Amino acid sequence: MAWQWFHRLGSPRWFYQKTSAWMPWLALASLLLIGAGSIWGLGFAPEDAKQGNSYRIIYIHVPAAFLALAGYYIMAISGAIGLIWKMKLSFVVMRAAATLGAVLTFIALFTGAVWGKPTWGTYWVWDARITSMLILFFLYIGVIALSHAFSREQVADKACALLALVGTVNIPIIYKSVDWWFTLHQPATIKFTQQSSIDPSMFYPLLTMIIGFYCLYAWTLIAHTREKILQREWRTSWVQQVMRGESLSEGKAG
Amino acid sequence: MSSPERTLIDYAPAARSVPGFLALLRSELLLVLRRSADIANPLLFFVTVLALLPLGVGPEPELLARLAPGMIWVVALLATLLSQESLFRSDFEDGSLEQLALTPQPLYFAVLAKVAVHWLVTGLPLALLSPLLAMMLNLPAAGYPALFLSLLLGTASLSLIGAVGAALTVALRRAGLLLALIVMPLYVPVLIFGTGAVQAALDGYAYGPQLAILAALLAGGTALAPLAAAGAIRISLDN
Repeated sequence: MAWQWFHRLGSPRWFYQKTSAWMPWLALASLLLIGAGSIWGLGFAPEDAKQGNSYRIIYIHVPAAFLALAGYYIMAISGAIGLIWKMKLSFVVMRAAATLGAVLTFIALFTGAVWGKPTWGTYWVWDARITSMLILFFLYIGVIALSHAFSREQVADKACALLALVGTVNIPIIYKSVDWWFTLHQPATIKFTQQSSIDPSMFYPLLTMIIGFYCLYAWTLIAHTREKILQREWRTSWVQQVMRGESLSEGKAG
Repeated sequence: MSSPERTLIDYAPAARSVPGFLALLRSELLLVLRRSADIANPLLFFVTVLALLPLGVGPEPELLARLAPGMIWVVALLATLLSQESLFRSDFEDGSLEQLALTPQPLYFAVLAKVAVHWLVTGLPLALLSPLLAMMLNLPAAGYPALFLSLLLGTASLSLIGAVGAALTVALRRAGLLLALIVMPLYVPVLIFGTGAVQAALDGYAYGPQLAILAALLAGGTALAPLAAAGAIRISLDN
């Protein structure tokens, strides 16, 4: 019985019906949290002693970077679930997570570059974290490119899931090797400000933003998945019911 | 039907698959050796691209010596990658890949045999050729053993990782660029430790640790990459 919800997830219709109720709440939560977090972080959090106002970009940069990394695992785990339990739905989630992850990685890289110009005096340095992030971006791009290459959706789903899993095995190795590479070639010009200690007055708005980004991520992922479900299941009667604007009857899932 | 006179050895997976493995290795090697252009092309690519380097950056010996380890490694990586597109291609087109997937032997060993042959005709000659290119690029002699050994170990890992990409893209018509796109990020650790070994040797340090890590990557790759490639082949055969 405890696993019933898990098997129900295999049904796109069940997922579509359940998430209809969540969507407004997730949207509201992300709107409130990101709204509050940005006003708090941009308007009321104190200025940084060394970096001035330019540090405030972390309120976008850090949540995006967090989710870019977490997103890869979300993508790989949903791919694995699809391969193991043959769930159509989790492949749809995996595809959505790939696109979202690539966008978030790009945001993290872009905001990092914008922050780097006033702080380091250059848009781009081959710092360990930046390089790892760039490689993560390439990993996402690889999955997306592979997903568009196949003519049959089912084959593309499985191939992407496998590639995502191979990437998951490699990510820790890539991160460690890039770290090692960076300590070997560390350029002397960059002085990293200590980021381990962050004042609570700066941290709480950041935390708000991170939670807000998680909500927004969940909302976007589910919205994307719902749209893909409608596209893939357009032949079924329940999708046509949705399209006609009728409310779905609580029936057997399927 | 199992008969009582069968011994334990008949059931041990290694005993069952290794004879098939050796036969496959022999036939693969024979097939590749009969198409000698396939062996020569990656090597010619390797030499040609490295010959273009001085034309691009200028002939100053100091500059070339500084660029040599990284450039030789990057070009070796590209040569391995480009030759890998055809790893499963002809077998896929004439249907023998399907037959291999149907045999009682695990597909793991078939992939391992193909990768081993690919390394024997690509990675090994590249490693053997590397001191010559290193000399042309004015790399100090201290770097030669490290370059040779790191390429020897590293190209085997590259072949294994690339096999996963080749298996994923074998059913696609024009897979070349896509293969590069999906496999390149996975090559990063091998590249880092390969060039790291050469740099350590040039700086007068021991390069054993880097070689040990490359060997560890190879061991991990040998265990896991053929499994992933076998799974990818089964997916591609569905297309």
